[in-house]
Amino acid sequence: MTPVALRHRLAERGIDARLLLLGPAALFVAALFIYPFCYGIAVSLQPAEGGPFAAYQSFFADAYQRDTIATTLWIALPAALLNVLASVPIAYRMRGRFRGKRVLTTVLVVPITLGTVLTAEGLLNFLGPTGWFNRVLLGLGLVDAPVSLTHNYWGVFLSLVITGFPFAFLLVLSYLSGIDPSLEKAGAVLGAGWAQRFFRITLPLLAPGLATTFCLTFVLAFSVFPSAILVGDPSGTTRVISIAAYEAAYVRYDYAGGAAAAIVMGLVELVVIGLVLGLRGLLYTGSTSGGKG
Amino acid sequence: MTRPPRRIVATPAAWAVWGAVTLFFVGVAGVIGSVLVNSFGTRWFDTWLPEGYTTDWYGQAWEEFTLLPVLGVTLMVCLLVTGISVLVGVPASYVLARRSFYGRRAVYLMFLLPILMPPITYGIPLATVLYEYGFAGHLSGVVLANLVPSIPFVILTMTPFIEQIDPAVERAARVCGARTRQVFLRILAPLLIPGILASSILVVVRTVGMFELTFLTAGPDSQTLVVALFYSMSASGIRAQQSVDAMAVIYTAMMLVLLVVALRFVNPTQLVARVKEDPE
Repeated sequence: MTPVALRHRLAERGIDARLLLLGPAALFVAALFIYPFCYGIAVSLQPAEGGPFAAYQSFFADAYQRDTIATTLWIALPAALLNVLASVPIAYRMRGRFRGKRVLTTVLVVPITLGTVLTAEGLLNFLGPTGWFNRVLLGLGLVDAPVSLTHNYWGVFLSLVITGFPFAFLLVLSYLSGIDPSLEKAGAVLGAGWAQRFFRITLPLLAPGLATTFCLTFVLAFSVFPSAILVGDPSGTTRVISIAAYEAAYVRYDYAGGAAAAIVMGLVELVVIGLVLGLRGLLYTGSTSGGKG
Repeated sequence: MTRPPRRIVATPAAWAVWGAVTLFFVGVAGVIGSVLVNSFGTRWFDTWLPEGYTTDWYGQAWEEFTLLPVLGVTLMVCLLVTGISVLVGVPASYVLARRSFYGRRAVYLMFLLPILMPPITYGIPLATVLYEYGFAGHLSGVVLANLVPSIPFVILTMTPFIEQIDPAVERAARVCGARTRQVFLRILAPLLIPGILASSILVVVRTVGMFELTFLTAGPDSQTLVVALFYSMSASGIRAQQSVDAMAVIYTAMMLVLLVVALRFVNPTQLVARVKEDPE
């Protein structure tokens, strides 16, 4: 076969010189993401002592390391669930057009851009024993002693809500505004109450979007690192898996252990996302616009 | 016939929703406000507001934390990351938007993965590799690490943008004899400017706020503002809390300026994901 013929045959399948434009980006991702990832796997399989799986074995054998998985899930899952579930009624009420919607969404973006480090600093001041929050509670007589909300589970949880809720809300809002309102109007004309309209029409159309939102919010919450150190209790109740990985690699210089912890972290996250997306596959995912069908 | 008067009184559900939103905003305002007030306060222990006000902490923060070089590094990292990720990402998103080829889904997945993975997961092996090759600890390592999520981000935001440009324009140019390079520079580039602007501003916002990757790869003279802030916070006790807060306020102000600039070009929801505005 002549080279020309081969080129034509490839071009018929959509492979030609213009695909080279993908090259630089693919090269970057391969060199800076895929190669380090494989390298990390290789490092984790070559610990200083023991067999190829010794790093993983010692991670799972040591309760102090192993429990970080449960700790992380115990922070990330409730935070992500709360963020998504709280977004639904609020976005449902605000999906129409109203005055100040743009201002509201703009203000909501602020906590996202501030990031976890600044949120942590603010939470330490605001929720601390002499912060404004405890002053208000004490002033109102709701509590007798300051509530302890920093340097424990709640500090981290609240920091995840502050950065994660706007994120989830904006996503849910955009999914909701993609659903044709005439579908609900048709339901109303046929005599459906608001509960029926919401649970039989809107929610099924929204559910795949909620699954995606949950995944993205979960990724954010799962990789919590700075706030777990700053407003959390990094050696106890909020010793999340990223702290375990960081300590192994940079405090103990146990690169195999650090890489193993990082890979366990990625796997756990992928399992959760896989489960959610698998469930999402059971749902209806199609056009959300009305039509004559 | 008169219509029934519109109810002014809100339903309990509306009260609950607006109450939750108000509570959230009060929380956010408290978080930002307490940092702001503390950074201007002289002494603030067990009272509602500080005893007096001063701006000394800003001068102190500026000198103690050597903020000028830190800001310089932040700016430099942002410029390089944004520039490279646009240059590399836009051609790739063009191919992904216009062509269907064998393995397109696999390529798309490959670009999606760095965004889906928690930064710490790939950051630790990446930092190890970068140390191996001598990049980490310098500006170049920070830039390389930050490119990992930025290039896919540009690709994922630009692909839908290119998809909505009518391919007939390009075909017409090709009929008139333009080569790929000319189509890019003369036809596509001007049409793409708004999209490129939007996505580069988003990359800047994400890079300034990106903590984990910079933290893992930065050396003492290549810290960005957010990493310097983290170090000064986790070493608290050495320095006055107020001067740490002053630095936090500088960071906030920088972020807010970027945000205001960004919102001139993009819709708030785009900061989160590329989605369409409501159609009406």
